[in-house]
Amino acid sequence: MTLHAITVLGHDRPGIIAETTGRLAGLGLNLEDSTMTLLRGHFAMMLVCEGATPDAEIEAALAPLTADGSLTVTVREVPVEAPAPADGTSWILSVHGGDRPGIVSAVVAVIAGVGGNITDLTTRLAGDLYLLVAEVDLPAGVDVSAVERALTAVAADLGVGVTLRAAETDEL
Amino acid sequence: MSVNPRVLAWTETDLGVAGTLREVVRAPAAVLSTVGAAVDPTSPDVVRLAADLVATMRVSPGCVGLAAPQVGVGAKVFCVDVSEHPKTRDHHGTFVLCNAEVVSGSRNEKAREGCMSVPDLTGDVRRPSRIVVRGQLPGSGEEVELEAEAFEARALQHEIDHCDGLLFLDRTAGAHAVYARRTYL
Repeated sequence: MTLHAITVLGHDRPGIIAETTGRLAGLGLNLEDSTMTLLRGHFAMMLVCEGATPDAEIEAALAPLTADGSLTVTVREVPVEAPAPADGTSWILSVHGGDRPGIVSAVVAVIAGVGGNITDLTTRLAGDLYLLVAEVDLPAGVDVSAVERALTAVAADLGVGVTLRAAETDEL
Repeated sequence: MSVNPRVLAWTETDLGVAGTLREVVRAPAAVLSTVGAAVDPTSPDVVRLAADLVATMRVSPGCVGLAAPQVGVGAKVFCVDVSEHPKTRDHHGTFVLCNAEVVSGSRNEKAREGCMSVPDLTGDVRRPSRIVVRGQLPGSGEEVELEAEAFEARALQHEIDHCDGLLFLDRTAGAHAVYARRTYL
């Protein structure tokens, strides 16, 4: 099983996803996980697909996307990763407040400092409001109250608000 | 909210048959995406199915509800029992409903749902937290209407969705509201 990580970045227009995925399907590649969004109006696609086609052939097939210089494409073979063991707890971290440099780095340093793993993170700047929302796994045994206190202290220094709440799942 | 005493009093012993365990099917099984058939709640097959659903729910860790499509039967029958769950407020204990529908709902709340038939994903779903449900009890076929709130309301809607061929995946709150499961029961 061969996996390829592909990124497509650049000027947004209708049809980028259709064209990209159409070309990948044409090569017999199977899309697995992907995320596609707009970042300050720029189109951003990241995906992992499976198939025996060599990277160079995939790049050649996607080359028409880059022809007018509005999109950048990267293709790289990546190893199969085993899912991380999950003996910890899941949390949702939200931070919002006035925009300033260093909010993300200061907040996530607290998580990294206790061995926490961020599995998803989105930030948005809307006017002067800065927002960060992250999915966080904390290792078993971490003192969550201490993490919350550390986050609150860091947030106070930055003049932003922070909340850490359990990502509970209702099993139905 | 008032609890319906008839539903609260119902137990699986009312069915008069012992349930046997059935295998729980997982997406992408086609039966999970097929609208279940309306059933005759008095038919022996439906009574047996009701007993099997309760028996299978009982042995499944953390399971608070199970719908017929989840055991491979495309029919409008489900069981719930949220009585042991910490998020439960008022509840009706264990019961089975046939041909159930949500009559009305209010007070939307969002929560992250997991499902035995979709074991590797969870997703945020917005649903009314106060509902009125109408359905029939298996065996007697008696028509009942009940008010449910909080966790029982969510469980009922999740199971009624199953009977209508819908998974929580069909109701996720957005493109970024589905998550890879990290902890399993």
